[in-house]
Amino acid sequence: MKRWLYWLLAVPFVATLVPPFYARREPELFGFPFFYWYQIVWIVLSALIVWGVYAATRTRAHD
Amino acid sequence: MTSGTYIFAALVAAVTVLGFLASRWGRAKIDSLDEWALGGRRFGTIVSWFLLGGDLYTAYTFIAVPALAYGAGALAFFAVPYTTIAYPLVFLIMARFWSIAKRRGYVTTADFVHDRFGSRPLELAVAVTGVAATLPYIALQLIGMRSVLERTGIAPTGQSALIFLLIAFILLAAYTFMSGLRAPAMIAFVKDTLIYITVVAAIAIIPAHLGGWRHVFDAAQAALAAKPKPGSTILPPNLYFAYSSLAFGSALALFIYPHSVTSVLSAKSADVIRRNCALLPLYSILLTFIALLGYCALAAGIHVKDNNLAIPELFSRFFPDWFAGIAFAAIVIGALVPAAIMSIGAANLFASNILQTFRSRRERPGIEANVARYLALCVLAGAFCIAVFIKPQFSINFQLLGGAWILQIFPAVILGLYTRKLHPTALLMGWLSGIIAATWMVASTGFAAVFPLHIAGAVIPGAIVFYSLIANLIVTGLLSWVLNASNVASGSDLTSAADYA
Repeated sequence: MKRWLYWLLAVPFVATLVPPFYARREPELFGFPFFYWYQIVWIVLSALIVWGVYAATRTRAHD
Repeated sequence: MTSGTYIFAALVAAVTVLGFLASRWGRAKIDSLDEWALGGRRFGTIVSWFLLGGDLYTAYTFIAVPALAYGAGALAFFAVPYTTIAYPLVFLIMARFWSIAKRRGYVTTADFVHDRFGSRPLELAVAVTGVAATLPYIALQLIGMRSVLERTGIAPTGQSALIFLLIAFILLAAYTFMSGLRAPAMIAFVKDTLIYITVVAAIAIIPAHLGGWRHVFDAAQAALAAKPKPGSTILPPNLYFAYSSLAFGSALALFIYPHSVTSVLSAKSADVIRRNCALLPLYSILLTFIALLGYCALAAGIHVKDNNLAIPELFSRFFPDWFAGIAFAAIVIGALVPAAIMSIGAANLFASNILQTFRSRRERPGIEANVARYLALCVLAGAFCIAVFIKPQFSINFQLLGGAWILQIFPAVILGLYTRKLHPTALLMGWLSGIIAATWMVASTGFAAVFPLHIAGAVIPGAIVFYSLIANLIVTGLLSWVLNASNVASGSDLTSAADYA
C-alpha cells in the first residue's frame, strides 16, 4: 500500500491556512494582488494533488 | 414585463418541468427510502459533480460571500481556503463514510452513530442538530430568492414577490415529494450551467468596464478604507487567525451537514466521490470570482443599504435586460436545488432517527419512502414560514448559529469512523458543551462569526465554529479517558472492521 501518499493531502492545509505566507500585495499578477492569485493557484494545485493521490491509490476494481 | 422577465419566467418554468420528469429517470419505482432519498445510490461522476456543486455552493453562498467582500474586504476570502481544503478532507473521510453507509444501508449520519455507539440519546442529538442547522439554511435560500425578485423588478412589489415565492415553493415541494433526490440532481444541470454562463459573462464584461482588475482592486481598497468600519483588500495581521480558523472550521462543518451527506451517499461508488474531490474545485474558482464581484460593486460605486443586494444591483447595471433575466434565474434556481436536497436530508433524519429513537435497535423496520416524503413537505413548510413570517435577520443569525452547532457532531460522526475509544456518554457531554459554548459565544458577540478569546492577557479573535469544537473535543477526550478508565459500559458496536474497507 502506498499509504505515505495520503500525507500529500496535508500540503494544501499548510499552504492555505497560514495567511502570513500570502497576505501581501506584491508581486501582482495581471492586476491581481498576491493575496488573491496565490489562493486561486492553490485551488488548482490542491485539485491536482487530490487527483494524483486518487490515481496512485485507486483500487483496480472499476465501478 | 420586459424581455428579461420573460426569459426568467421561461427558465424557472422549464426547471419545474424537469423536476417532475425526474421521477421517471432511471428505475422509476420510488418506493424505498434509498430510491427516493438517495436516487438509488446510482449517480456517476458527472451527475454527482453537478449535484454536489449545486448543493454545496448554494444561491445564498453566491450572494453572501460577495456581500461580505463588499462590506468587509479581505476576510470574505476565507471562503477560498475553506473550499480548497474541504476536498482533501472529503477525499479521506467521506469516501470511508460512503463505504460503511453502503455496506450497512445508512441514509444519515445518525444511522451510523446509532450502530457504532449503541446510544439512542447520541443518535437523537446528532439528528436534532442536523435538522436545527438545516431549517434556517433552507429559509435563507427562500429569503435570497425573494430579495432578488423584489429588488430587480421581476416582481417589483412586496406582494407580487410573495406570490411568486409561494408558487415557486409549492412547485418545489411538489416535485421534491414526487421525484426525491432525482429532481435536484436533474435541475442542478441547468442551475450550474446558468451560473457558469453568468459568472463567465460577468468576469468578461464588468472588470473591463471598470478599467481592468488592477483598477478594481485599487478602487475597492479606497472604498473599503473609507467605510465607517475601515476594511482592506489585504488581510491585516490581527485577522490572520480568524481567517484560517474560519476556513478550517467551515471546511470541517461543510460535509457533515445533512444535505452534503445526502448528496455524497447518492454516489454509486466511493471512487465517484474521490474523483469529484479533484473536479469540484472548479466551483471554488467560480466562487472566488463571484466574491471578487463584490469588489467590482465597490469599484462601480454601488451603494446599497443591504449588502446582499450589491450583486443583483451590479448585474442590473452592467447586463442587458435579457441577460439579467438569465442571471437572476440562475440565482433563483440556485436556491431551489439546495432547498430540495436540504429538505430531503432533514426528512431522512426525522424519519430514520428522530421518529425511530424509541424503538429498540434491532427491531427497526425499513423506513418507507412515504414517511420521509411527507416529512420533507413539513420541513419545507416550516422553512417557508420562517422565511415569510419572521424577520430575515433571524434566519441569518440562526443559520450562523447552526453552522457552529452542526460541527459539534464531528467527534461522534467523523472521529467515530476511525476510533471506538470515545465513550458515547463523553461524546454526548462534549456535544452539549460545544453547543452551549457556541451559543454563548454567538450570543455574546451579537451574532458574529468571530469571537475575541482572552487567553493569558492576549486577545485572539478566532472562529466560533473552531473554538466551540475545541471545547467539545476537550470534554469528549477527558471524559472518555475517565469513563473508560473506570470501566463504565460503553455500549455495543454493530459495525465491524470489514465494513469500512
